[in-house]
Amino acid sequence: MNPRLRWRKFVSNFMLTLTGVCAGVAVSVLFFILGYLVFHGGASINWDFFTKLPAPVGELGGGMANAIVGSAKLLLLASLFGVPIGFFGGIYLSEFSNSSIAFVVRYAADLLNGVPSIVIGIFAYALVVLPFKHFSTLAGAFALGLMMIPITLRSTEEFLHGVPRALREASMALGASKWKTIMSVVVPAAYRGIMTAILLALARVAGEAAPLLFTAFGNRYWSHGLSEPTASLPAMIYSYAISPYEDWHRQAWAAGLVLLALILIVNIFARAILSRGSAIPRS
Amino acid sequence: MAISTTTVPSASPSAGSRSFISRLLNGDEIARIITFLFAASVVLITLLLVLQLWHDSSLARHKFGFQFFITRVWDPNAEQFGALPFIYGTLVTAAVSLLLAVPLGLGAAIFLAELAPQKISDTLQFFIDLLAAVPSVIYGLLGLFIVVPIMREVIQPFLKSSLGFLPFFQGPAYGIGFLTAGIVLAIMVIPYIISVSREVLLSVPRDQREAALALGSTRWESTWRVVVPFAKTGIMGSIFLALARALGETMAVTMVIGNAPKISASLLSPGYSIAAVIADQFTEATGDVYLQALVELGLVLFLITFILNGLARLLMVLTTQKGSGMGHT
Amino acid sequence: MHASVRPAVSVNINAPTVTPGRETSAPTSLRMNISKVNFFYGQKQTLFDVNMGIANNKVTALIGPSGCGKSTLLRTLNRMHETVRHARLEGEILLDGQNILSQDVALLRRRVGMVFQRPNPFPKSIFDNVAYGLKINGSKLPLAEAVEKSLRHAALWDEVKDHLHKSAYELSGGQQQRLCIARGLAVEPEVLLLDEPCSALDPISTAKIEELLVQLKDLCTIAIVTHNMQQAARVSDFTAFMLMGQLVEFSPTPHMFTTPSDPRTEAYITGRFG
Repeated sequence: MNPRLRWRKFVSNFMLTLTGVCAGVAVSVLFFILGYLVFHGGASINWDFFTKLPAPVGELGGGMANAIVGSAKLLLLASLFGVPIGFFGGIYLSEFSNSSIAFVVRYAADLLNGVPSIVIGIFAYALVVLPFKHFSTLAGAFALGLMMIPITLRSTEEFLHGVPRALREASMALGASKWKTIMSVVVPAAYRGIMTAILLALARVAGEAAPLLFTAFGNRYWSHGLSEPTASLPAMIYSYAISPYEDWHRQAWAAGLVLLALILIVNIFARAILSRGSAIPRS
Repeated sequence: MAISTTTVPSASPSAGSRSFISRLLNGDEIARIITFLFAASVVLITLLLVLQLWHDSSLARHKFGFQFFITRVWDPNAEQFGALPFIYGTLVTAAVSLLLAVPLGLGAAIFLAELAPQKISDTLQFFIDLLAAVPSVIYGLLGLFIVVPIMREVIQPFLKSSLGFLPFFQGPAYGIGFLTAGIVLAIMVIPYIISVSREVLLSVPRDQREAALALGSTRWESTWRVVVPFAKTGIMGSIFLALARALGETMAVTMVIGNAPKISASLLSPGYSIAAVIADQFTEATGDVYLQALVELGLVLFLITFILNGLARLLMVLTTQKGSGMGHT
Repeated sequence: MHASVRPAVSVNINAPTVTPGRETSAPTSLRMNISKVNFFYGQKQTLFDVNMGIANNKVTALIGPSGCGKSTLLRTLNRMHETVRHARLEGEILLDGQNILSQDVALLRRRVGMVFQRPNPFPKSIFDNVAYGLKINGSKLPLAEAVEKSLRHAALWDEVKDHLHKSAYELSGGQQQRLCIARGLAVEPEVLLLDEPCSALDPISTAKIEELLVQLKDLCTIAIVTHNMQQAARVSDFTAFMLMGQLVEFSPTPHMFTTPSDPRTEAYITGRFG
């Protein structure tokens, strides 16, 4: 073997090993994150965390019950707003529309999807906070719902498209109307994919804090109804983390662990279901 | 619509309107109209968003004009608002993050696409997809409590002592700053680079690789000189995608960048980004001009990510076109 | 570089005797020798005890129905089977008397080149495609000269000499395949393997390439897999007929196509199956 070839082979082995190192580093970040969260936050997770309100500033103890409930409320409302728009819009795109309208709608959805979440917050502020002159759960839910629309729309369209033509034709040949076909044959066939896409969308907005900073804002007490500002897990993690109090830092870790655990569980669950079917559309 | 076969005039005078009404009451027409309204609302909402950003920044736009983009001063008290520090910070942190994320991400993608057996590649990709699902605040949390101390105690002093003659590594080692934000951003965008690049690399036709090997290339040579260039367009697309994400990132950045409207060559200096200043100051903005200046920043951010996402999409379309054919015959 | 330095090893081919009056094949030397080759994809065996020789500076054709193993066999000759995870080769394959399995694979592949079924030029200019092998392996001639030489050998020079820096994808299918041949020739291989090189091409391009192959055997040894019997009859000096992973018959081409020794060969050639 000549020296040149020896060098080339050395370079080849070296560079390929390096790529393996890169992959290892990238993946191990995930485990570092989980590890640190469990380490720092694990000890602070107790019954209080889930059931108590935040203690007054400076005092130790307290929990994040209001943030947990607040996040749940926000997500529920956001889904009620964002999912129907995305779902029925997706049905329109897949079943009824012509290609030029479809192009415009898809383009708008992609555009909306690419808007940074802080800018979504500005929009929600202008629409739902300013007119009523106060922060509210409604405003926060509006912002989060907006973020759910594009994912739901694209996924619904894609999964409906994936249902074989033959199924539709069989139904219509039996005399069913188009709408009946859609609701009783096509949608159920695409159901799994659409559900998991919605779950993934939920998991994504569940972790968002930026759009809530000036919509739902935050609340150290329970939020009643829909028109009061509300605490949420991500926003609370943020404000506790940047505070000067050690105890709050500790609680931020705990909250981070809970939030990430929920998000990861939903993600793993959704992807596992989906992997037994078709591929996940890139969001 | 009615076909007349007889000479007798047709029966009811309202035959036409009846069919219109019956069409209207038909379930399918209603369904079409209702679903159309939902789809149209998406377009309307998006339009409304753009309009709102434009309208609610008008005060600031008229007051400052193009000066807004080149003024360094951001002084709310004096009602002087210049966007330059934020544009600078956004660009610098994005650049640092790409400098770190692209080699690492591309390297990992090459490993996953070219070297790893299918099962391992899929498993690792699964973990990488999970990384992409981690929320920004969590990265911020880790950034603030893990990365910042390491930067302050270890990395920044090391950089100062070894490379301190360069203007990039001067000034006190606070731990926060442009470099720290760039590092945290890099960790956040790597999954995007890996996922997209891996897919593009996997779709390079097998016989490209084989042709290179058949000419006596080493595995690295065939990968680096043939496969990666073939996938060039798609990889560029992944970088644009990552860049768009990095630019819009808010929480993690605002937690580690220092939130100081400074322009400094030193990466160790605290700074600000567009998203971070909006997050930080929006609720404290007193006065219309202040608020609208922040909205204008939001508009700028929107435009930048809009262009980038458009370019990324264009590149992805070009990639699929290339992969499907051998060009012109 | 290697082709001119190394002498071919002289061995008699185990071919049937030549009848007088026919074109003689004088004791020809073998460039490559395949003995007792068995090949497996995982558990499934696809080549069974193959023994044959590839004659030096001659064209050897491998024919047979789909799935008979001719491409598989061809790909073992430059160890391309190693790019597939579960492929396993048993037996001995010699290049100039040396076992190819004991050599460095990158070195081997420079000596034994390959042209594939579908033209697969790199996403580079015409020049850079031909120069690729030279750039990684080093070239004794200046690049431009070496590139011109190869393109002339591939009968492509006149068509592309003014467009060397255009993308290879702007060429027609037939031209792209000749470019791939030029690319393979640039590193001056001792053997050139062609795996159904014309199956994706139109008849005119096919004819051009067949003409080319006959001229190329002065430069190097050629082994070609083809599903087109007439092509084998037109271009090759020796033909190997394979069926279900076995080498059924190996003869000088004129003999194979006029008086095949094995009834299976005759059945294939007369079109009774395949």
